[in-house]
Amino acid sequence: MQTVKKSNVLKQLRIEKLGFSVLTILSIATVIPIIAVVIYIIYLGAPAISWEFVSAMPSEGMRAGGIWPAIVGTFYLTIGTALFSVPLGIAAAIYLSEYAPMNKVTQSIRLAIINLAGIPSVVYGLFGLGLFVIFLNFGTSILSASLTLSIMTLPVIISTTEEALRAVPQSFRVVSVSLGATKWQTIWRLVLPQAIPGILTGVVLGLERAAGETAPILFTGAAFFLPRLPNSPLDATMALPYHLFVISTQVPGMPIQIQYGTVLVLLVFVLIMNIIVTMIRSRARAKRQW
Amino acid sequence: MKENQTRIFEKIITRTIQFSGYSSILFVLLILFFLLSEGTPALFDVPLSQLFSERWYPIEDYYGILPLILGSLVVTLGASLVAVPFGILTAVFIAEIAPKWLQEIMKPLVELLAGLPSVVLGFLGILVVSPFLRDTLNLPTGLTALTGSLLLGGIAIPTIVSISEDALNNVPESYRHGSLALGLTRWQTIWGVTVPAAKSGILMAVMLGVGRTIGETMTVMMVTGNAPVVPTTLQALFMPIRTMTATIASEMGEVATGSSHYHVLFFIGIVLFLFTLLVNVIASNISSRKLKRSERILS
Repeated sequence: MQTVKKSNVLKQLRIEKLGFSVLTILSIATVIPIIAVVIYIIYLGAPAISWEFVSAMPSEGMRAGGIWPAIVGTFYLTIGTALFSVPLGIAAAIYLSEYAPMNKVTQSIRLAIINLAGIPSVVYGLFGLGLFVIFLNFGTSILSASLTLSIMTLPVIISTTEEALRAVPQSFRVVSVSLGATKWQTIWRLVLPQAIPGILTGVVLGLERAAGETAPILFTGAAFFLPRLPNSPLDATMALPYHLFVISTQVPGMPIQIQYGTVLVLLVFVLIMNIIVTMIRSRARAKRQW
Repeated sequence: MKENQTRIFEKIITRTIQFSGYSSILFVLLILFFLLSEGTPALFDVPLSQLFSERWYPIEDYYGILPLILGSLVVTLGASLVAVPFGILTAVFIAEIAPKWLQEIMKPLVELLAGLPSVVLGFLGILVVSPFLRDTLNLPTGLTALTGSLLLGGIAIPTIVSISEDALNNVPESYRHGSLALGLTRWQTIWGVTVPAAKSGILMAVMLGVGRTIGETMTVMMVTGNAPVVPTTLQALFMPIRTMTATIASEMGEVATGSSHYHVLFFIGIVLFLFTLLVNVIASNISSRKLKRSERILS
């Protein structure tokens, strides 16, 4: 009896050991390609990077020169998206966390947000084309593209901000209101400042996604090639991700160097955004008093 | 006097915030409205039997969207076969097995993958994955459904990993302690206790991952070859294919506003919207069922 049990235990432990090894190998096999991709892009893209590459206009049908207008375009689009989506997203999150009653309407709002998060990016492109470009007559422009990207970014900003607001202990609010502050004063002076790291994380993640998107701007604001920088929100613009798409599929005889260089610039942008998020998180964790 | 001002200010702020809260509903309705108003004319322009036929050739007014729908489904299915096992197992590893230092390396890497723009994956697909598949499998072209599936798997993995991991972390520590105290090994605890307890969260992760895959555009457009053929056999996996998303993205730029082609592309948008809506409804049903069950346990 005793020996049977003992061998059973030994068997289970052997299974455990084997299982853990298999899982370790599979998981590492899942993340190794990510590291490989980063090294590969840096290795092949670095030789293309020069001051001229990031600061000059493209020349000879984009087969030479730099990618400056694409960088500027992505910068404009990101700022434009932030202008609309950040205030609206934070306000919506404040409503959901601090004001919204538990009723059917609030439930519909949540359903709507889940829905917005699931809509494919190319469908946002169609919507932007229908509403902003054609119906409101903004044309293919930075304005149309930014508005389209804003609505796509909203769900990310709303859900992360709401989570950050809810994490602030209820007692903070109770004390503030009992001292005579109004509801808004409590939110503005007490709850929001405590939630800032969480909100920033959401904003950065949302904007990172918006800046990397191509499909929503294809027919709302992206230009194949522009000989000059856009000078009003109603101009179309080049953008980094779209530029990469163009030079890797639409331009025959494109030097591979320029393609890898463009990918590297995009990768560096993503890495910087990710590092910012990680830093905000770890600093917030260290400083938190509750 | 000052008190009065504060009260009015408070009222304005409250209204503004309330309106912002409602805005999400407004946007969903607007999106629905514009899709329907631009897409439903397709039903009058093109006879229904032709719309769901097998030939997509807009230049000669053939608007059969069947190959596009099936193309999307094939690529999504292929991507799920890659992303679901790898995603769930990686989540289990990170949440239950990996030592702290390895967690700290793996989590940011998965987040980095989530942040990579889809054009970058498409670019790598063209230059690395597709030549590799062409040479090793001896195919006429590397731009196939399989190439798209593999890369889309990479897009779904971060979603599946992070949501499953959250679900596993939400399983109370006492469950694991109870199981270990009864003499089960950690391995038995994971598959017999922890994973079943997190089942609904993991299912939701899978649904949301799949949802992202159906809607993904740039990567599939760049690497699947874009041939609108109806996949009939397993062989189709190794041939070019075309999805709904890629069709909209590549053709919308060239059509005249208000033409039949334009309306049909919007109609495809409606179909896509319905697909993702279905996936989301299933996912949110799973999560609300979870809530009810946990309420039952707590009461």
